[in-house]
Amino acid sequence: MSSQDATGTPTPAGRPEDIKAVPVRHPGRWISAAIVVVLVATLVRSVAINPNFGWGVVGQYFFSSRVLNGLAVTLELTAIAMVVGIVLGVLLAVMRLSPNPLVASASWAYIWFFRGTPVLVQLLFWNFFSALYPTISLGVPFGGPGFIHANANSLITPFAAAILGLGLNEGAYMAEIVRAGIISVNEGQTEAAQSLGMTRLQTMRRIVLPQAMRVIIPPTGNETISMLKTTSLVSVIAYAELLYSVQLIYSANYRTIPLLLVASIWYLIVTTVLSIGQYYIERYYGRGASRNVRLTPMQRLRQGLLIRHDKGAL
Amino acid sequence: MVSAEGVRKRFLRHEVLKGITLEVQRSEVMCLLGPSGSGKSTFLRCINHLETIDAGRLSVDGELVGYRESAGKLHELRESEIAGKRAEIGMVFQHFNLFPHMTALENVIEAPIRVQKVDKSEVLQRATELLERVGLADKVGGYPAQLSGGQQQRVAIARALAMKPKLMLFDEPTSALDPELVGDVLDVMRQLAADGMTMIVVTHEMGFAREVGDTLVFMDDGVVVETGSPREVLSAPRHERTKTFLAKVL
Repeated sequence: MSSQDATGTPTPAGRPEDIKAVPVRHPGRWISAAIVVVLVATLVRSVAINPNFGWGVVGQYFFSSRVLNGLAVTLELTAIAMVVGIVLGVLLAVMRLSPNPLVASASWAYIWFFRGTPVLVQLLFWNFFSALYPTISLGVPFGGPGFIHANANSLITPFAAAILGLGLNEGAYMAEIVRAGIISVNEGQTEAAQSLGMTRLQTMRRIVLPQAMRVIIPPTGNETISMLKTTSLVSVIAYAELLYSVQLIYSANYRTIPLLLVASIWYLIVTTVLSIGQYYIERYYGRGASRNVRLTPMQRLRQGLLIRHDKGAL
Repeated sequence: MVSAEGVRKRFLRHEVLKGITLEVQRSEVMCLLGPSGSGKSTFLRCINHLETIDAGRLSVDGELVGYRESAGKLHELRESEIAGKRAEIGMVFQHFNLFPHMTALENVIEAPIRVQKVDKSEVLQRATELLERVGLADKVGGYPAQLSGGQQQRVAIARALAMKPKLMLFDEPTSALDPELVGDVLDVMRQLAADGMTMIVVTHEMGFAREVGDTLVFMDDGVVVETGSPREVLSAPRHERTKTFLAKVL
């Protein structure tokens, strides 16, 4: 390896010597590190030796079919509710930005209502919907003839109530995320498209939304992770997702803490997987934003090893 | 080509255009000059209806901008009609406003395909020729972020020309460029003027105005202060306001 000085010409004496100086002492860092180590050790020790955690029971139920079924239901609810939320969100965001004041206020009112009431209350409402409207019919409004009649109780199953509660609520949040994405696109883009003779709809579909995606995607990943945990609220309407499944088990065997641990660990595992997925999706949509794409953790690790290897060779 | 009579424009209480009267002939190159806030960009934006005017009459090629006149009454145009008229007028912006998620070529072919519904192979040929003409034959597949400011602005000019406009509006096309990149963009505009394009150019490039402009209009505080051939106005301004402005910029 030939060494060069700052001007790029090789220097006969090799590169100037690296600076060797006595580093500044940081006693504060040592003290805080010691405190953290003691606290963590205490925590780990208590978790390991406290028999009430019941790690044996955790292991026994971790892969039991009832828990795994509950996990599958949780994943299913998360996926469907997010799809409903995203579709509703795009629709509401475009409505909110419509020049028609009635359409815009309808969207505003929807968001106001569904963001303004707890999702737990909304879930209960949908579950007891048949008390509000015993039959649901489709027909001409204002007392005209109806075509389809259905019993609300058979139409709104716990599953339907869960999807309605979670999805409609999510739609309100997604609407704000999509709206933020749309208004983040520079006004000059709309003007350029308009000056080329494109209509509002063409401008939205071809120019604005594709650019808004970069802003919309990261918080959507965040919402998905949040939704995964929010599905646990569905346990209040006795629908057997992950939390309700473990509740059913511990209500029979009274091993409450170990079973809650089983559920918590599963939530953590899925959240971790989703976070990793989110990292890569964000990275993908961030491409256009900067010329230097950040390396993935694996690439950084590999590069770090290479540099160290290089230094060793010098 | 463009005719303005007493055009007024207000933003809330602030009146930006206080009665502009101008006439631009076919194949004429008119340069608009003036301090910032004098209303020259606003006037340009009114011509393709990015802004609506509050009073006066503004017409392009004999047709009112934004309205249809029948039986002595003005009728607002529908969105699709306004879009149709904008498609006939090319506009180039100070900050280029290229679509960052599309390559140079995609930027140029987007509107002819979506708006004019021209056959794709024909548009591709037209776009390739245009990009060649502005000296960017080798940048066809590049994204705006990978191009220099001068290259981006030339793509933007090609994008506007792809619509075969009858009039081109330039809103300070070189103000956001590094000095050494200005020349390439002005060369393209000079060529365009030589080909007989009708152009209205808001600019601070005195050299370009003197050499290429047929008419020079000096605006200040929402009114036209002085109009004339660039040579006259630049070397022998009649109004005091024009003199003080030119003394500062020349």
